[in-house]
Amino acid sequence: MTRPLPALGRRGLLLGLGAGASLGGSRLALGQGPLGEQRLVVVLLRGALDGLAAVQPYGDPALPGLRGRLALPEPGQEEGLLDLGGFFGLHPRLAKLHALFAAGEAIALHAVCGPTRSRSHFVAQDMLEIGAEERLGSGWLNRALAGLPGHEAGPNRAAFAIGTDLPLILRGGEPVGMYAPSRAERPGAELYARLMELNHTDPLTGPALAEGLRARGFTAGVVPPPEQRGGFVELAAAAGRLLAAPDGPRVAALEMSGWDTHAGQANRLRGVLTGLDDGLDALRERLGPAWRQTAVLVMTEFGRTARANGNDGTDHGTGSAAFLLGGAVAGGRVVADWPGLGEGRLYENRDLAPTLDLRAVAKALLRDHLGLSPAAVAAAFPGSGAIGAKGGLLRG
Amino acid sequence: MNPAGHIAALRFGLGPRPEAPPPEDPRGWLLAQLEAPPDPAIPPPDWETEPTVSDALAISVLDQRSPVPPGERQRRGLLFTAELRAYLGRLIATPTPFRERLVAFWTNHLAVSGRDGSTAALVGDYVRRAIRPHVTAPFATLLKAAIRHPAMLVYLNQDSSVGPDSAFGRRTGRGLNENLAREVLELHTLTPAAGYSQADVTAFAALLTGLAVERNAEPRGTEFRAGSHQPGEKTVLGRAFPPGEASIDAALDWLASHPATHRHLARKLARHFVADDPPPAVVDRLAGVLRDTGGDLGAVSRALVALPEAWAPPLSKFRAPNELVVAALRALGGDAGLSEFALGSATALGQLIWSPAAPNGWPDEAAAWIHPEGMLLRLDRLHALAGRFARRDAREALDLALGPLASDRTREAVLRAGSNREALTLLLGSPEFQRR
Repeated sequence: MTRPLPALGRRGLLLGLGAGASLGGSRLALGQGPLGEQRLVVVLLRGALDGLAAVQPYGDPALPGLRGRLALPEPGQEEGLLDLGGFFGLHPRLAKLHALFAAGEAIALHAVCGPTRSRSHFVAQDMLEIGAEERLGSGWLNRALAGLPGHEAGPNRAAFAIGTDLPLILRGGEPVGMYAPSRAERPGAELYARLMELNHTDPLTGPALAEGLRARGFTAGVVPPPEQRGGFVELAAAAGRLLAAPDGPRVAALEMSGWDTHAGQANRLRGVLTGLDDGLDALRERLGPAWRQTAVLVMTEFGRTARANGNDGTDHGTGSAAFLLGGAVAGGRVVADWPGLGEGRLYENRDLAPTLDLRAVAKALLRDHLGLSPAAVAAAFPGSGAIGAKGGLLRG
Repeated sequence: MNPAGHIAALRFGLGPRPEAPPPEDPRGWLLAQLEAPPDPAIPPPDWETEPTVSDALAISVLDQRSPVPPGERQRRGLLFTAELRAYLGRLIATPTPFRERLVAFWTNHLAVSGRDGSTAALVGDYVRRAIRPHVTAPFATLLKAAIRHPAMLVYLNQDSSVGPDSAFGRRTGRGLNENLAREVLELHTLTPAAGYSQADVTAFAALLTGLAVERNAEPRGTEFRAGSHQPGEKTVLGRAFPPGEASIDAALDWLASHPATHRHLARKLARHFVADDPPPAVVDRLAGVLRDTGGDLGAVSRALVALPEAWAPPLSKFRAPNELVVAALRALGGDAGLSEFALGSATALGQLIWSPAAPNGWPDEAAAWIHPEGMLLRLDRLHALAGRFARRDAREALDLALGPLASDRTREAVLRAGSNREALTLLLGSPEFQRR
């Protein structure tokens, strides 16, 4: 396969726009090793997934009293849970994900939480993406890129954001690529070059434009037009294709919203969980053989109240569930230090108590999957020395 | 050439139009808009008059009772789009762009979202009746109008929150939904900096119970249902409120006058009109005006105009997609008939108007909007727009849109372009045009 070059023309190259895309020899000149084959995908579920509904602890005797009509039938019954080993059951709309459990390629992590105990979506999402208990100007996945072996070696950016927004988790000093669908008529290469010339000294628009042209040169050859539509399934499929490309990114982040189920939760969750299930399946399928070297972390900013509220919904809570899937994952199980839902066990007498900080999972992915040094992992998650990487999540 | 006229039109307005060039008396032009008579009615396409809240609720009910055939858009979605087009047409043509900026600012501060299907039909009326008439009123007036509007009650689930110990709650076993209560405290008024607790959120949610939306019988709209109101006194941040509807207004009045609220509003206004990271002195001044005037939004708007920091070039704020598209259409002399194009463009750039992803509204800093693919999508859209105005003189457009704020580099690129359309693309794609 010939590598597509950005449509810049000679002037663009003279401006240095094509530097990364132009010469394979620059790799050697930098004296770096190549990028590894391991892929990491982070899926952010915005709005707070109800972990107790997605991965329901049907074996916990306190559950029916808390959940009432929101509790799903036990495994084996009509529209019942998909069993995960006798205590937990997966929501029936996650059937494709359940097949990955059977194949030993998926883990459910339960009673997890990000760095804060805030019940504000906005604070908790920011901190989950920043990866710290205090505000920093960058996201942990961006900081991790700096320590990714060979991250500057390839012709294209080692990390991509998939969607029309660059999430905080990938913002920061390390350049990242982006892919988003577009149907608009585009300027010709010469006009792009002049627009670049006009903007290249501007501190805001210059770098963004240069990075955008560079990314587009790569994605145009990889994602065929029929997939250039919105929706999580399409974005996940596009992510799979981009990550499958030999010279493509190794890290990607994408997001899905619709999880803030304050009312009529059962119905709303069926829709979004189906979308998530289909999207993760499309991601797996498009990755092809590269799935074997892939780990996908699916996480949300916090969980929801253990009790149903007055509207067959749930309000903002604390502990939730997350998923880790991929061919690189030592899966087929639920990983949880289960705190219980009974009397006195709930956090502030209302929420699932968190027993696992998601940073421990993220650190394991950086260390055991992407091969970051201990110093690079620490730089990605400053101020969290007490939280060790959780071992045993990957096949290694 | 003095840049103040352009700064007034860009930083406080929506960009100049050919028949509304940068004003010669910039401050006077802005202050006069604050005293302007009520904004004229602009009915949506296919409507003879502006829809009422009753129309919007009836349409939502009809969608549920007799669903449209598969593949067709629901009526409430059609109304939402029609309202959006009327609104965008207004932005493209308005002679009072500063007022429109205030309407947009407060709509975003008290955000509801058309992404929520049950809310969509109500958003047009929300902006028209809850926001638009109150942008120079006391903040408490605006806040109460917004919180009591059916759009807000539906969007943040207040209409289905029930006092668990109310008559209705005891009979049905239904209970509180704390969504609106939390967002009022966190986003609309105090912010977490005020240090409220989960117990305060729960108490405030109990205080708000009874607010509901009548959908089926006239008069359709907001009503107070005593039978759903949680009995007993509620204590919010140490302040006790007796049971009853009057406590809802009393609590909102009190929250609106809290120093933490004034500080929050001052910071957001300064960030919107001055800089992403505004000088603390500016925030202090605006907070002081709110404190001294009992939260008068007219007074704080005048204080914005009086800020020396707001008049200093260069332009410091990065235009959000909607602002960019409207400014481009205004600069090229587009009319309200281009509202559909404007809507499609803003949406393609990641900002379907009135439809933020979450109750904290659209972000208001450059970092949220500037990213590689977004920057390219901007240029693509602006190029398409330039194609629609290929005969509009680019040199005139440059003087109108940027005047003395254009850099030599931009001026030269526009004047040297190979075709008029390319010249327009370069003008609209220049770094200066991305800012206000």
